[in-house]
Amino acid sequence: MRRLYIILTLLVAALCLGSLLIGPADTGPGESLIALLTGGDGPLPMVMREIRLPRMILALAIGASLGLAGAAMQGYLRNPLAEPGLIGVSASAALGAVLAIQTGLSAAFALGLPLAALAGASVAVMLLLALAGPRGGSLTLILAGIAISAMAAALTSLVLNLSPNPFAANEIVFWMMGSLADRSMVHVWLALPLMAVGWGLLLPLARPLEALTLGEDAASSMGVHLGRVRWQVVLGTAFVVGAGTAVAGAIGFVGLVVPHLLRPLVGSRPGPLLLASALGGAAMLLAADIAVRVVLPGRDLKLGVLTALIGAPFFLHLVWRTGRRGT
Amino acid sequence: MSLLTVRNLSVSLGGRPVLRDLSFRVEAGELVGLIGPNGAGKTTLLRAVLGLIPDGGASSLAALPRNARARHAAWMPQSREIAWPVPVEDLVTLGRMPHGQRGTVADRAAVEAAIAHMALGPLRNRIATQLSGGEQARALIARALAQETPLLMADEPTAGLDPEHQIATLETFDALARDGRGVVLSLHDLGLAARHCTRLILLAGGDILADGAPSDVLTPELLAQAFHIRAFQADTPEGPVFQPTGVTR
Repeated sequence: MRRLYIILTLLVAALCLGSLLIGPADTGPGESLIALLTGGDGPLPMVMREIRLPRMILALAIGASLGLAGAAMQGYLRNPLAEPGLIGVSASAALGAVLAIQTGLSAAFALGLPLAALAGASVAVMLLLALAGPRGGSLTLILAGIAISAMAAALTSLVLNLSPNPFAANEIVFWMMGSLADRSMVHVWLALPLMAVGWGLLLPLARPLEALTLGEDAASSMGVHLGRVRWQVVLGTAFVVGAGTAVAGAIGFVGLVVPHLLRPLVGSRPGPLLLASALGGAAMLLAADIAVRVVLPGRDLKLGVLTALIGAPFFLHLVWRTGRRGT
Repeated sequence: MSLLTVRNLSVSLGGRPVLRDLSFRVEAGELVGLIGPNGAGKTTLLRAVLGLIPDGGASSLAALPRNARARHAAWMPQSREIAWPVPVEDLVTLGRMPHGQRGTVADRAAVEAAIAHMALGPLRNRIATQLSGGEQARALIARALAQETPLLMADEPTAGLDPEHQIATLETFDALARDGRGVVLSLHDLGLAARHCTRLILLAGGDILADGAPSDVLTPELLAQAFHIRAFQADTPEGPVFQPTGVTR
């Protein structure tokens, strides 16, 4: 287990470095790092500190968040098809952002869009708390999440449908594809504290999730507080996914594919899978964000498009392999 | 001191009363069989005693704080859930969770003993979800044994096991009881109950119909009243034999 963590950590570190050093401004790596660390005048320190550093931090944090939330969600529901978007928070955050673009709030001030997205995410969580109740089981939670997702998606479509302004509609469509381009340190400071709260809720779930391997009754008899675990999963996921969607748009497939990919490497144990998936998610999103800069540098390929493009065939491959193994 | 004291326990599910005003105690050294027809409330009683469903009345176990309870009683539910393809040894090790830190000498010893008790040695590295139903049941019993609690409760632990492992499992519970622990099992196989349990609680219609030694509980009158069956019973050199032979209604 420790070896896996070390390998993943080294991979993430290498990709962080790559994310800082790869970009359209063609400069030497040594020079770039010196500019990043020492600052100074001129364009290079500004590129490093204002453009690439926040982008790297966001890819790292959002990727880790998605991987972690995906692993927690799959562990809690004991279902490998669960993913962070299941509880409806990402769809609701997207709705908030779309409303901000449509109403012009996002143009009025810099944080208009992410704050509106966070408001959307909060509404979703409150609805979820009301619908899934204090004693509701995991099935109620899934159904409530699906209903909220569907509602938010329908309202988002309605906004697009009725949008009198083709430019706003265009902006909405592109925003929803998910991207980390042109994010600033302000976005980092907005999202990072919220994500840290989410990590604080999700990472301690390792032991309860292990016990849940035996089902809710057995876990409860081993000292697991099922109600508390449920709210930890929901709120933790809401914090990390809401904050991530608010600053980067919808980025799919990371939370679904990464835990799936790493599960065999941790002996299928849901506890160690949490940290492994956080590292794996960070690595995947950092790599994808480097790829969008390298593959089509001039065309602004969207991050969410790429993760789905890589993720979906990869997922099909896993499904195919599982089917052949007959389990 | 009793391992379990239940006083005036009543449970309603969905507004319908399932159990009414039940009281009993379980002492160290007892192997208690909970018997009764389908729908008598055996599972409900066990879950209520463990505090897994809300109830009226008092169970000494449900009153304990969560962690203390997990160190006092192990529970093996009837639904044999194994959500992830983990190796048998990891599955059994889960039983050590209530004891805090993983991997101590005591943890290793408990896991090894549980694996040996359930004859899981040859299966320890196999993936639990790929085992047969009976093998999975044995792995899950081993998990409960590894919890090393004074009280062990299991819902239909022998269902789906072959005769060898049915007998071996009850002999394991026998040995635990003789060691001074308490065991409470719900059982459908009255033959096994008659042979192995030190005491039977007969549950029917939400009440305890009888509570005592197997020979006092498995009487023709009570069998007809609770199960609507008659049975052949004999004391043999091999121990008591009990075989239902016909339906009385």
